[in-house]
This record gives sequence, C-alpha cells and structure tokens, in this order.
Amino acid sequence: MNRHPDGGGPRRGPLLALFCAALVLFNFPMLTVFDRDATVFGLPLLGVALFAIWAGLIGLLAWISERRPERRSGRRHRKDLS
Amino acid sequence: MVAAPVVLAISLGYLLLLFAVAAHGDRRGAQGRSVIGNPWVYALSWAVYSSAWTYFGSVGRAAAGGIWFLPVYLGPMLAMLLAWIVLRKMVRIAQTYRITSIADFIASRYGKSPLLAAAVTLITVVGILPYIALQVKAVSAGYDLLVHGADQPAPPRATWWQNGTLAVTLALAAFTIVFGTRHLDSAERHEGMVAAIAFESLVKLGAFLAVGVFVTWGMFDGPADIWARAQAFPELQSLLRLGGGEGAGAFGHTQWFAMTILSMFSVLLLPRQFQMMVVECVDERHIRRAAWVFSAYLLLINIFVLPLAIGGLVHFGPGGGMDPETFVLSLPMAEGATALALVAYIGGMSAATGMLIVETVAVSTMVCNDLVMPTLLRLPGFGARAGGDVTRLLLNIRRAAIVAVLLLGYAYYRIAGDAYALVSIGLISFAAVTQFAPALLGGIYWRGGTAAGALAGLLGGFAVWAYTLMLPSMAKSGWLPAGFLDGPFPLLAPEALLGMTGLDNLTHSLFWSLLVNVGLYVGLSLSRAPSAREATQALLFVDVFERGGGAAEPAPIFWRGRARLEDLVGLATRLLGPLRAQQLFQEHAAETGAASVEAITADARLVDRVERQLAGAVGSASARVLVASVVQEEPLGIADVIEILDEASQLRVYARALEEKSLSLEAATAELRAANEALKSLDHMKDDFMSSVTHELRTPLTSIRALTELMLDTPDMEEAQREEFLRIVVGESERLSRLVNQVLDMAKMESGHAEWRIADVDMRALVSDAVRLTAGMFDERGAQVLMDLPATVPVIRADPDRLTQVLLNLLTNAAKFVPQEGGRAEVVLRAGTGDLAVMVRDNGPGIPPDQRAAVFERFRQVGDAATRPPGTGLGLPISRRIVEHFGGEMWVETAPGGGACFAFRLPLDPEEGAGGGGKRWASRC
Repeated sequence: MNRHPDGGGPRRGPLLALFCAALVLFNFPMLTVFDRDATVFGLPLLGVALFAIWAGLIGLLAWISERRPERRSGRRHRKDLS
Repeated sequence: MVAAPVVLAISLGYLLLLFAVAAHGDRRGAQGRSVIGNPWVYALSWAVYSSAWTYFGSVGRAAAGGIWFLPVYLGPMLAMLLAWIVLRKMVRIAQTYRITSIADFIASRYGKSPLLAAAVTLITVVGILPYIALQVKAVSAGYDLLVHGADQPAPPRATWWQNGTLAVTLALAAFTIVFGTRHLDSAERHEGMVAAIAFESLVKLGAFLAVGVFVTWGMFDGPADIWARAQAFPELQSLLRLGGGEGAGAFGHTQWFAMTILSMFSVLLLPRQFQMMVVECVDERHIRRAAWVFSAYLLLINIFVLPLAIGGLVHFGPGGGMDPETFVLSLPMAEGATALALVAYIGGMSAATGMLIVETVAVSTMVCNDLVMPTLLRLPGFGARAGGDVTRLLLNIRRAAIVAVLLLGYAYYRIAGDAYALVSIGLISFAAVTQFAPALLGGIYWRGGTAAGALAGLLGGFAVWAYTLMLPSMAKSGWLPAGFLDGPFPLLAPEALLGMTGLDNLTHSLFWSLLVNVGLYVGLSLSRAPSAREATQALLFVDVFERGGGAAEPAPIFWRGRARLEDLVGLATRLLGPLRAQQLFQEHAAETGAASVEAITADARLVDRVERQLAGAVGSASARVLVASVVQEEPLGIADVIEILDEASQLRVYARALEEKSLSLEAATAELRAANEALKSLDHMKDDFMSSVTHELRTPLTSIRALTELMLDTPDMEEAQREEFLRIVVGESERLSRLVNQVLDMAKMESGHAEWRIADVDMRALVSDAVRLTAGMFDERGAQVLMDLPATVPVIRADPDRLTQVLLNLLTNAAKFVPQEGGRAEVVLRAGTGDLAVMVRDNGPGIPPDQRAAVFERFRQVGDAATRPPGTGLGLPISRRIVEHFGGEMWVETAPGGGACFAFRLPLDPEEGAGGGGKRWASRC
C-alpha cells in the first residue's frame, strides 16, 4: 500500500473547489436560472440542465482523478547533495 | 401475467447464479488472483447504494414530485467529489487499526468506548430495520405484480408459509451466512460477497436501462415525444419545475438542500456503504477511480427515471390507478413484453438482495461485536481468562444475527405492510445514519472530541430524530394515537418544535436533530479535557497519515505495563483460532528478530499487535476489554501520553538524522572512491614514467659503458678510432644530461615548482630568433625554412625563455623529419582576436590521425623505432605543458602537403584563459 500522505492522487485544492462549485450549482438560487418553461431539443430545460451539470461534474472529477500527477519535484525524496 | 412457478424458478435460479459468482470470487481470492482488486469492481460494489428504493422508488417519486427524486443522487455526487480526501482517510484509519464496522470506528476513535459502540449499533438497527423491510416488500410486490397482473387487485395475502417472499428471504439469509460468515477474518473482507454485489450492480443497471430504452423508444418515440405527449396533461407540466410536485407553489429550497446534504452523508455512513467502501477496500488508491465511476453509475441508472415516470403517467393516465412505483414492471407488462418484465423483476430483485446482503453482514458484525460480545464478556466464566476456542461461537453469533435481522425485516414488512412508515422510510433511515456524521467526521478531523460528547450527541440527535421523524411517521400509520402529532404542549409538537413552521418534516427533523447532536458533541467535548486514552486515539485517527505507522516511522504505542507472553498467546488462540494465532506470533517473532515464538518479549509492541488483531475479530472495544483483562496495565495520564509522543518524535528525529547521515556517508564514499581511482591511475602513470625514464637513461649509458670498456680493453686502439668513440661518448653524455634536465623540468612543472619569468613578449622577434638558432640544423639537411609573419602582432604576457624552448622544440622536430631532399619547413604566426597562433609545418611523413594524441605523451615517440630520428620523447609533452601554463593549447594536424603541422595558440593575457579558438586556427594549417 502506498504510504505517502498524498497517495500520489489528485490534490486537495481542485477537489475542494469542485465540491464548492457543485454545492452552488445544485442548489437554490442557482437552480432558479433553469426553472422556466423552455425546452431543449424538446426536453424540459430544468431536467436537461441538472443532468448536464451532473455529467459535467463527473467529467471534471474523472479528469482531475485520472490525469497523471505532475511531478512535484521531490519535496521529500530528492535531497540537495551538493 | 407469468405463472408463479416460473417467477419462483427464475428467482431461485438468479440466487444460484449469485452463489456461483460469489463462490468464484472466493475461490479466486483464495488463489491470490482476486477479482475484486480493481477500481471498477470496487466502484460497482459501492453501487449497492441503489437499492430497491432506487430501482422502484425513484420512478414513484419522480411521478409524484418530478425533479424531486434527484437530490438523493446529487448528494452522493457531492460526497464523491471529496471521496479522495475524506473517504481515503476513513479507509486508512480503518485498515491501520483493523476497524470492521461503523460502530467500531466511532467507538475506537473515542477511547474504544463499549458504550459508544453499543449506542451506534442500536441506532443502526432501529434506523435500518424498516429500510430492510422495504427491500423485502419490493421483492414481494414485484412478485405479486408479475404473477397476478397489474390490473387486478392483489388477492388477499396468502398465509406466510405459502408466500415466496419468505423463501427468498431465507435463501438470502443462507447466502449471507455462506459468504458473509464463512470464516473469521481479521480484516472482515468478503471477496465472494463483493464480487456478487458488483455483479448485482451490473444486473440492475442493465435491467433498468433495458426497460428505459424499451419504454422511451419502443412505446414512445424518444424522450422528446414523451414530453410532447405529456403536454396533453396539464397536471404533468409542473413536474419539471422546481415549484412542482410536493413543494407546490414556492420551491422548497431548504428541503432540496436538506435532502442533498442528507444523502451526501448517507452515502458514506449507511452501514452497507461503510462496509463496501471502507471495510472491503482492497487498496485505497482505487478510490481515485471508483469515485467518478460510481458517480457515473448513479447518473446512468437515473437517466431513464423521468422518461419512465412521465411515460407511465401518460400511458396509464395520471391517477389511472396504477402505482407509479411499479412502472418499471407494469409498463413492459402492459405492452406484453413479459420477458422484459421478468428481466426488470430480476433487476429489482438484485437491487433488493444486494442491499439486504451487505446490510445484514454489516449489521450482524456490529450486533455481534458491539452488543453480544461485550455482554458475554461480562458473564462469569466467560471472561478472557476462561479457556476454549470462541471463534466458532463468534461465527454462530453472527449467523444468528443475520437470520434475526432478515426475519425481523420480514416481520416488519408483514406487520407494517403498505403503511406510510414504509413508504417514506428511505429518507427516515438516511436521517438516522446522518446522526453519525458529527461524531465520525468530527472525530477524524478534530482532536478535541471526547467520548462523552460523542455519546451525548448521538443519543440526543437520535432522540430528536425519533421524536420528530420516526414516531410521527408511526402516528401517521395509525400505530400511535393521532394526538401524538399535537405533542404534550403546542411548543413540543413533534413536527413543529418550538413552533417552528415553514419546513417540511424531514428538514425540520434534520435541523433539530443535527443541532442537538452537534451542540452536545461540541459542547460536552469542550467542557472537559479528553482522557489520556481519548487523546491518544484522537491523535492516531486525526494524524493517521503522519503517525499511522508507515515503513519509516513507527507509530507511537500508548501502552505501558507488564504482560506475559503465555497470556497473550492464550487469548489470541482463543479468539483467532490456533492457526491464525500461531501465524501472528511467528510474524511478530520474525519482525522483531526473536529466535522463536517463545523468545518474544511481551512488550508494548506485541500487546498492541495482539489487540489490533483481536479488534479485527471482535471489535476494538471488546478487544480492549479482553487485552486489559490478561495484562497488567499502568493507567496512562496525559503527561505519559506526551512523554510517549516525545519518545516517538525523538525516534523519528533520530531516524531522519540517521537517514541523512547514511546519505552523506554514501556521497563521501563515492568521492573517496573517485579520489582513490585518480590516485591509482596517477600511481600507475608514475610507475610508467619511472620505467620509461630508466629505460631512456639506460640506452645512452649502455653505449657509453660499452665504448669506454672497449677503449680500456684495447690500449692500442687507433687514434682516429678512439677519437670517434670519445665523440660518441661525449654526445651520449650530452644526451643523458639533456634527458635528465628535461625530466627535472617536467617534474618541476608537474609539481608546480617550476619558475616562470613573466614579461612582455614580442612573438615576431621570438619566432625569428628561434628560426635563426635552428637554421644550422635545417642547413645540414639541405632544407629551407620559410617564415610567414604579420607586420605587427600584439605583445603577450609570457615567459620568453620557455616560449623559445617550445619553438626550438617544434623546429627541431620539423628539422628531424623533413625529407633528405627538398625538405621544407614553414613557420606561420597569426594574430587573432585576443590570442596568437603559431604553426610549424613540414613536408615530412606526417603523423597518422590515430597517433596524434600519443605524440604529446611522455616518452612516446611515434613511428618505427628503427627509422625514426633519435629523441628523448619529452620535448613535446614539455612544450604542451608550457603552452597550457599560459592558458593556451597545442595540437597537431595534417599539413596541406601531407606533412605534420604542429600548432599552438596563446591568449594575449594568460589570465583570460583558453577561449577555444583552436579549431579556428586549425583550419589554417
């Protein structure tokens, strides 16, 4: 098991930012923006918007999670030997 | 309609398939080729979140409240965004301290309090039982619908033993016992069960999507068509507006927010979720991918909910008598797609059974470890010092708990039936487990929480939950007098505490229960300092990433006292079984370097290890009691804790210092090795030098000696002959002294003791003088010397005598090598920017490219030894050193005519060093 505190995974910053964004997007009053009688491709706007936001969040989460972590040049391991 | 035996046969067939999948998973796990050790299966196992409440209930809620079915799935999305941060910490804690249930987790955090563990277990059982009943009902209702058809009223219930539901429940109990309690595993991992649950998740997703596609594109012409046809029903218009459905009128945004938060916590805190996400986690790195895969799963399984709900309402007509919760089954049935209806039924069954299996495994572990075991341990004659293997007993308690939980769920369903309590039970259960959030999440991020605070918060929150949500739901079902809803005083009305109005009952209950919960937790925690044990556990939990016992930094062990090895062995054998106990002590012996199990010292590390293993088997609270009963412990005070921590951090400092030392040692070793190599090669060179010098000295000595001996032995030698010999002797002596001088010269230069007399030098004059001095030699060989000097050259700073030596050396060389006839040498002086270059060309045989480097080595005279002119082999090396001393460089090229071209370059000011103009000048050769 990887014992490094970061676990080599995504950094906290982007995840927390995404969480806050989701909290805003999924709640009042943001939802009232989509709450109207319009339709998109014949579908009610509110439903389409909620699913689209949801899918977008999943996409971003997947992107943040799966991209290769950029090398944080050895804060821990590489020591200055000069 | 489908014949009852067919449905039963298919149900049992499906359960058999589950058995096969689980058996396969267990077998592969035993072979070490786990099928669950990847993030995809891990994510699918999380999808146990989608129970029958999702599968059938979502459509029902969507038909009634439109978009309001969504918050229950948006909450998990929020949770998943933080899974890598929060869930990973929970997993790390659980795996480090061998925690196997949520009750154990909370109890362990607050000083391994048995009371807390029992409280969490009780809350779980009370909160979850109706939820279990709901799953049983779903299976039963689906069965009824398939067998009796949708349009007929369900026949009066058959007596309980004729009902297929009981058979399914018992079959599930059997499955859960076989794969949930096959053996006592200290990590409580169930490979086969997880494999089966992941498989079930695929089945229910596939079935739901199949029905969705069938309805959307088979019965209608795509989702837009469904919506277009819904326009005919004005009452459906509001479904996709925020104010629609339940909220009628104004948008109940507090309720929306409450449901999002509720489900966000539930996806982490429901016993089945905790079991799958935390306890069954194979590798915490899997969370990274599982988080978004699980989110995508939820999105997929919800994508057809609205089309199904609205399509069903359009098809059957709003208020058409058909229960929207059965649309998944009744829509295909209405179209005569019986096979699809069966598939949908299997999907619903997989949703229900998955939830039932995992929930009962989780709850049975909690009941066994946190309710039954602590009670048993108090019984006289059962304490830790009693003998006998209890592993079998432990398993049997769990098996009994599984059967009991499932049967209780079944009984609840039989009694409660279609009561209101069952319909809304999903969210009520969510609200119950949300009471764990302050103690659990607070516990892993805040060190100040204490057991008293956690216990009070949990019980207070639970009491408020029961009073404001659970009991009112019972009152509405008619089990309590309706007057209950008015409360003893108007201010204490369960659904309007202190007269709070304007909130729906769920939000109202959530607000008050969490307020009481958090208030008591924080308030009591702050009012009293944590005990030593609470403080140590807080430290181990909050700082799990820093102190969790990585390879480099051992975790601090907060234990002091005396233990006897045999007591610990006896205890472990009793609770883990002889095999596992033996393995445990052998591993410990191997790690501590003890020669055998008998030679282990019973120190704090061993006690900690045994306790952790026991915690895996019976829960941390019971393990604590058991261990404490066989060892003599010194009670730890806060001062002791700080001391132990200091020791640990001291150790950490030492370890780090040691690591740095060894690193610098390594570096030093490397440097020394390099220096040694350099010294060796220098030594080797010196040896070479010595042997070359002696060799060179011997040659003239030999001829001198031979000639003088000859003269001594031949007194009557002719005068002319003698004179000739003496001339040779003189010549050889001169050569000898020249050689010695040169060697001394070289040695001085190399050791840095040579004397340099720096003056302004005019190279034009220097070159002319040198040519004049060597003119005799060229004349002897009939060769001519040409000079190519510019009109003026800058003055350089150098030692004129040494430079003359260099020029003489090069000219002498040229003179030696020019051919007998038509020999020609040329000296060229050129001024560049910042430096001067001198080239001496001849039309001799030249130097092959592969030997060019060698001519500058000491005593290396290139060419055939027999035909080459005599020399010491030191002239060129000395010349090169002189040039290099002044910051220049010397090299050799092939002259245009095929001869050799020796060239050197000198910077005008030696301080500026070599500028690398060699190649530039070389091209002029």
